Amino acid sequence: MASIEDKKLKRLSRRELLKLAPVLAVGAFAVTRWQDGLVGRGVRLSDWASGLLFRRHHPAKTFSDADVVPVEKFPYNGYDDLDPGVDLDSWTLTVAGNVRHPGEYTLAQVQALPKIRQNTRHVCVEGWDVIGSFGGARISDLLGLVGADTSSRFVTVECADDYYESLDMATALHPQSLLCYEMYGKPLDRGHGAPLRLSLPTKLGYKSAKYLTKLTVANVLGAQRGYWEDQGYSWHAGL
Amino acid sequence: MASGAQAGEPEAQPEQRIQLVTAAYEHPWAIRFTHWLNAAAVFVLAASGLRIFRAFPSFGAKIPERDLVNIPKALTLGGWLGGALQWHFTFMWLFAGSGVLYLAYQLLSGHYKTVLFVPRDVKGVWPMARHYFLFGPKPALTEQYNPLQKLAYTATVLCGVASFLTGLVLYKPVQFPWLAWPMGGFHWARVWHFAAMCGFLAFIPGHLIMVALHGWSNFVSMLTGWKRDPEYLSRRSTP
Repeated sequence: MASIEDKKLKRLSRRELLKLAPVLAVGAFAVTRWQDGLVGRGVRLSDWASGLLFRRHHPAKTFSDADVVPVEKFPYNGYDDLDPGVDLDSWTLTVAGNVRHPGEYTLAQVQALPKIRQNTRHVCVEGWDVIGSFGGARISDLLGLVGADTSSRFVTVECADDYYESLDMATALHPQSLLCYEMYGKPLDRGHGAPLRLSLPTKLGYKSAKYLTKLTVANVLGAQRGYWEDQGYSWHAGL
Repeated sequence: MASGAQAGEPEAQPEQRIQLVTAAYEHPWAIRFTHWLNAAAVFVLAASGLRIFRAFPSFGAKIPERDLVNIPKALTLGGWLGGALQWHFTFMWLFAGSGVLYLAYQLLSGHYKTVLFVPRDVKGVWPMARHYFLFGPKPALTEQYNPLQKLAYTATVLCGVASFLTGLVLYKPVQFPWLAWPMGGFHWARVWHFAAMCGFLAFIPGHLIMVALHGWSNFVSMLTGWKRDPEYLSRRSTP
């Protein structure tokens, strides 16, 4: 019946209105000094979910040579300097952390590992992407060479241009995660990170650090998680 | 106001002063709760999404990049790309959560029958549109929602589903390549994601104007669930 006592309607209405109170919690996002903490939590929740969604053996799509953009159209995207002045002749990769054989590794040692060539999509956080041709050694093969404890949680890298990054171990062990020394069948040029960079088709582009100088296997991340991550980008950044 | 008691009658007995009003419980708690949660989420996602779009205001290839629109910063949220992504990655959970709760409630309760646009509503769309936009005669209302309302609400829910699915492809293209395929691929997912937002932005002004035109008791019903003197009931009882 559609007729109802006025007082009863008012009482019911008040009760129903109160039941909406939880929505007011969203108002916390309007408080300026709480905003960073709240959205930071949102990003951590998203990163946690991203870790769950990631499948270690699920490959990113690969493309035929016809789908690859011409080398001259592959953007140079540096955060700072497109040539940090690496001395290519004396360059070594320092390996440290939870590994049996820490020390300096030459480019020749990296190149002696099985070579992978793959045409994959490099997806930028800005919203563009480009399909490129990448060649290099699997990170997992280098981890094997240096006797890394792959039950560790993270692989971190440092770069000649003071960039730095860190990866979850699952992504480091992914078969398409490369220590890349070639693009388009030629040695990396300085703008693309010579002599060695990461190429991670399962991650956003900012994870694929250039000009690598050091690789560390670790169980904890310090205050420095990644150049952009420390300013607010998602840490997992898994695609 | 329909009122059962005659004010000012001196010999009115206490029991005769009970006021009876006509009212309908239109919006169950789940609908009101998700409506307001979703309103907040859509606002934040659109504003932060526009900030994200500013980082690459284009679709498709990076080079040659054709910037389409320069969205004024004042319309955006997050301050910079990283900040906007934090808001986006936080409110996507509220959006998806309220969407799932809404759809689950509608389907399980059968309440969707009041609002889902179905083929028999088609013939009622034009008379209603003519009434609203061309000052045509007002069609008789026999249901909670008129055919044009059903069309608008159903289309908006579809926009919500579309923005969720296209957003998932943009966020996790490596994990959900099969989802990108019916959208026309990764690049098209960005176009549809933007189009779905435009759908929301097209709906909201019309929605707000109609709310303003339909008065206080109609607005209150979205807070308390109860609507006084709904037109479709008075018509039914006094033919």
